Amino acid sequence: MFSRAYKLAVSLPPLAWVVLFLLTPYLLLLVYSFWSVTPSQQIVHTWGLQNYLELLHVRVYVGVLVRSMRIAASVTMLSLLLALPLAYYVSFHAGKKKDLLYQLVIIPLWVSYLVRAYAWKTILGSDGVLNTLLQYLHVTSHPQGYLLYSPLAVVLTLTHIYTPFAFLPIYAALEHIPRKLVEASYDLGATPSQTFWRVIVPLSIPGVVAGATFSFVLSLGDFLAPLLVGGPSGVMISNIVVSLFGAAYNWPLGAAISACMMVLVVALLFATERLEKKWSFT
Amino acid sequence: MNEKTVAGASATSVAAEASTRVLLSVRSVAKRFGNNIVLRDISLDVAEGEFLSILGESGSGKTTLLRLIAGFERCDGGEIWMAGERLDPQPPYQRQVNTVFQNYALFPHLSVFDNVAYGLRVKKAPANEIKERVEQVLVMVKMSSFANASPAKISGGQQQRVALARALVNRPKLLLLDEPLSALDANLRRQMQVELKVLQREIGIAFVFVTHDQEEAMTMSDRIALLRAGELEQVATPREIYAQPATAYTAQFIGQTNLLHAQVTAGIAECAGLRWPTSEPDGPGTFSVRPESIVVAVGASSNGSVRFHAKVISRIFQGAAELLQVETATGYRLNVRVPGAKTVASGLELEFAASDAVPVRETQA
Repeated sequence: MFSRAYKLAVSLPPLAWVVLFLLTPYLLLLVYSFWSVTPSQQIVHTWGLQNYLELLHVRVYVGVLVRSMRIAASVTMLSLLLALPLAYYVSFHAGKKKDLLYQLVIIPLWVSYLVRAYAWKTILGSDGVLNTLLQYLHVTSHPQGYLLYSPLAVVLTLTHIYTPFAFLPIYAALEHIPRKLVEASYDLGATPSQTFWRVIVPLSIPGVVAGATFSFVLSLGDFLAPLLVGGPSGVMISNIVVSLFGAAYNWPLGAAISACMMVLVVALLFATERLEKKWSFT
Repeated sequence: MNEKTVAGASATSVAAEASTRVLLSVRSVAKRFGNNIVLRDISLDVAEGEFLSILGESGSGKTTLLRLIAGFERCDGGEIWMAGERLDPQPPYQRQVNTVFQNYALFPHLSVFDNVAYGLRVKKAPANEIKERVEQVLVMVKMSSFANASPAKISGGQQQRVALARALVNRPKLLLLDEPLSALDANLRRQMQVELKVLQREIGIAFVFVTHDQEEAMTMSDRIALLRAGELEQVATPREIYAQPATAYTAQFIGQTNLLHAQVTAGIAECAGLRWPTSEPDGPGTFSVRPESIVVAVGASSNGSVRFHAKVISRIFQGAAELLQVETATGYRLNVRVPGAKTVASGLELEFAASDAVPVRETQA
């Protein structure tokens, strides 16, 4: 249909973009991760696994990585718990309000990430909305400090930010379930709750897996929420990478952490992709 | 006269219906979507073990009527009763009615076996009973060897059998079928029509079968309910609905016909120079004459027959018969079906029995 020259002309710019700004930086990152840095903060171009070994031996890094994964897992659980019932309601029972509710879920995505993160600062802070309310209601006599600058605050903020990302693929999967199947289930004597568990949930699994992947991967790599509301106890792995590339000026170690994270995330994406395929029928 | 014998024949079949018990009773049911009235004042009884077809064009409301019986839609007026129990306030999952859906609606994430077992599982039947009943019904629809197959891996005809098995395994009192054969190709479709009819006779469950195909309805049904724009035109046996159509619409929808718009004066109907005796009251009247009722005249004209001369305008070869379009001396066009082997001259002497001119009502859509 199209000539080879035309196809080449069309596909070359995006290809060049990807190679130049995506693959090359990744490759550079990988190269850096095998280099080292001198005490006088000179990067030495000698090859070795010392950065990766350091990651395994220094307990802080492993600890922060485990914490990051715990936070990401919590965010995933919470966002699924919020998104699945919400998506089910909007898709199956909202009736005329469907489009409006869908938009209401989407609108937060148009608000700057920073604004949403700061909003939680004003909610959870010592003079914040929540503490003021608790004192007003005489639940507590003085501000509760642990609300802000804690892993809890990070989880809350990230859940707020990434729930729409979990909602969208679940909603899309639910919208694709032929309504005839729900009717067939009722027709065969299944109550609405039996129908939910036996038909709707199994058929929404690809969407749930995709939504869980989104919120887990995005939370795992997040560094702004821990920076703004996490405090010292809420530091996540990306904050470490940021500081290694910045103040600490240890690019090779930062690159090694990034490479590990990348391998982890790509492995996860492969696994979830297979899971989605296995459960997709339409 | 001939007309009376036809009426007598249908009277016996009506009597046969009356002797069986009424299973489903639809009483003055109405349904609208917004301002659009889909069904108005539908009353219909289905006897136990009966095969009733709801026949109508698309948009006539036939599927809506089925969905009201299944419980997927709520009536805006009237009541539905089944076996002495009011059905219409019940949710679909409480009704002892099962449906075979138009595109089968098999659960894609379940195997053939699990699809069929679904109804028994949600009702928490014991595992050994489920196994036994599912296997039994799969044998019945000749799908035993596909028990572990996924619905996506079997053909349309096989999916249709599974859908049937999935409904029948629950032993419903009434089975609803929403154009279940429309997705199949012509040959398979004819084969399934016969199979379905035989199966229905064997198991004795009442079937309400929705179709837009009048031939299918004629082949399979004990009775046909013809719907037009949300109203019932006629409910009768296939024979009766063909021989004695109540309305002009019915006469045209079921088979082919000639509609003669006649003027009745003192027991004689007259249309374009043709005259025949009738018991209709004076005034305008419409009569239906089937193409095969008009025959090439032989011998002397008898008392009850209407004889006329016509010339052939066009002819369509139909295998066993030939369909001619003829024009009478007064320019009135009629369709005539003659046995195919006969060679027909361009000018013809034709006749039909006065009793074959069936008076029909004109109804508005």
